[in-house]
Amino acid sequence: MLQHLIVLPIVLPLLVGAGLLLSRATSPTLRRTVSLVAQALMVAIAIALVVQAGDGTIRYYALGDWQPPFGIVLVLDRLSATMVLLSSLLGLLACLYATAGIDETGSNFHGLFLLQLMGINGAFLTGDLFNLFVFFEVLLIASYALLLHGGSKARTLSALHYVVLNLMGSAFFLIALGILYGVTGTLNMADMTVIVTTLDPGRAGLMEAGGLLLLVVFGLKAAMLPLYFWLPRAYASASAPVAALFAIMTKVGIYSILRVYSLIFTDNAGALADLGRDWLWWAGLATLVVAMLGVLSARDLRTLVAYLVMVSVGTLLTALGMNTIEADSALLFYLIHSTLVTGGLFLLVDVVAGQRGKAGARIVRSRPLLQAGLLGGLFLIGTAAAAGLPPFSGAIGKALILASATPEQQIWLWPLLLLAGLCSLVACSRAGSSVFWRTSKAEPSGERIGVARGIATGGLISAALMLVIFAGPLANWTKATAEQLSNPAPYLESLLGKDAAPETAPPLKGDVS
Amino acid sequence: MEALYATTTGLLAACGVYLTLRGRTFPVVVGLTLLSYAVNLFLFSMGGLAMHGNPAVVGAGSPAADPLPQALVLTAIVIGFAMTAFVVILAMRARGDLGSDHVNGNRLDDSKEKEDTK
Repeated sequence: MLQHLIVLPIVLPLLVGAGLLLSRATSPTLRRTVSLVAQALMVAIAIALVVQAGDGTIRYYALGDWQPPFGIVLVLDRLSATMVLLSSLLGLLACLYATAGIDETGSNFHGLFLLQLMGINGAFLTGDLFNLFVFFEVLLIASYALLLHGGSKARTLSALHYVVLNLMGSAFFLIALGILYGVTGTLNMADMTVIVTTLDPGRAGLMEAGGLLLLVVFGLKAAMLPLYFWLPRAYASASAPVAALFAIMTKVGIYSILRVYSLIFTDNAGALADLGRDWLWWAGLATLVVAMLGVLSARDLRTLVAYLVMVSVGTLLTALGMNTIEADSALLFYLIHSTLVTGGLFLLVDVVAGQRGKAGARIVRSRPLLQAGLLGGLFLIGTAAAAGLPPFSGAIGKALILASATPEQQIWLWPLLLLAGLCSLVACSRAGSSVFWRTSKAEPSGERIGVARGIATGGLISAALMLVIFAGPLANWTKATAEQLSNPAPYLESLLGKDAAPETAPPLKGDVS
Repeated sequence: MEALYATTTGLLAACGVYLTLRGRTFPVVVGLTLLSYAVNLFLFSMGGLAMHGNPAVVGAGSPAADPLPQALVLTAIVIGFAMTAFVVILAMRARGDLGSDHVNGNRLDDSKEKEDTK
């Protein structure tokens, strides 16, 4: 039974999600209960996976028992286990928030939510490039519908941009896969890694084109500089739990870059070694600069948080460009922190907007809040963590990234990253003081935060403190993860057997099994 | 045959990209469809183009056509088909919600006409 654990984060949400889509006539309470129980189970499974992955061996699950490199495999290592746990936790809390009422503003919320989680978990677990594309599509299709959930002009407009851009992205993804398959004759990431080491130099150019095209696609998902324009609008217009779940969508792009480039285009790849790392470094820094300006120009709390997501994306991309074990480890720490905290901020902003009458999330003078103390405190913790102020988690993540830069990199990284922190701080303190202190005489009104929304919002934002308290074990974990990533040999050995000799996959050979 | 195949794919992709960059939702949808045709053709060719090959069935003899691109292109067609349907509905909804079929939802042309009549 235990060996089937790897496939459960995909199968469980698929079955429960499909069931929920088919049972629309049932009562909302039943649907909420089923959805929450399923997601709590997923968190439990994810914890079990993290424990399994903790021993450092790389396990794989061959779907239908078709052995790699022919069949599709799911691979469990430290990185994928961490990401699955992160997405399950975020999903559970965002869904808990939605059960306070947002899920009933449209149809099929819980079914779509679970299907999106299935896509995200699948993307984290898969060891096959085409399968990665399929899971990207699953999570995107669910996200299109979720973005429109509840419906409004702003949502329709942002969804139109989001859908068209991502369809273009999917087309590019397929072209890239076509090139990579044409050159290497395989789509299994491990097999491709082996083949790339002995690639005919004449075909390296094609491989490079395919690899860089993949970078464009992942960059679009991660909101890298020239490809980020969909993000602020989409995140700012989505309903709160959806926006919170979207906080991990950019990280799916980051994860894919990390996985594909640290596995396939390593030092062993000859002319293709460290492909795209320079691009990532400069694009990351540029993203950081644009995000900085965006944070300062935001006139709405939701847009502000959306640009804080972009600041985190810029930071992560820059760290990816540095390409060392220390940087990868720091980047994972920062990734966990930024996903949870920005997710919590999206939820918090929605509660705040609900208590401000017509002003909503706009940063203007308005009536005082019902629970100004509680919400203001959470806002302070969340934004201070996102801006990277000590004693919260963002400071540790940022310090780790700053410390891992080489002296030449420091010249660019230190000023920009610290300036981004300062800009976030200025923008957030301006927004916070306007919203919480510059109030009119009107009577407070609106909806109190309540238990479910309180637990969800508080739970995510408390990550800012929890990650500091458990910073030691977590940093050890991310360091071990980065070390595992930096050495692809055990990965290849586990999937392809001891003598991971280069071999191409002629058609039909899989039939033998 | 390679030249014809490559030209067709390239032409479809070029038309698709051009139409996708237009300002109204209908050309954008048509452009995305053309682009997905081009991608499907491209995927189909990625195992190499072979004439008079045998089907990939055990015992059918060699040389067999590479069956993997065929499976992939089938997946891509199914996904592309669903996405086209979705984007058509979304475009119609945007027309209704925003009162304009421009991708940015602005009604530049309408207001110009009004100014002209004034």
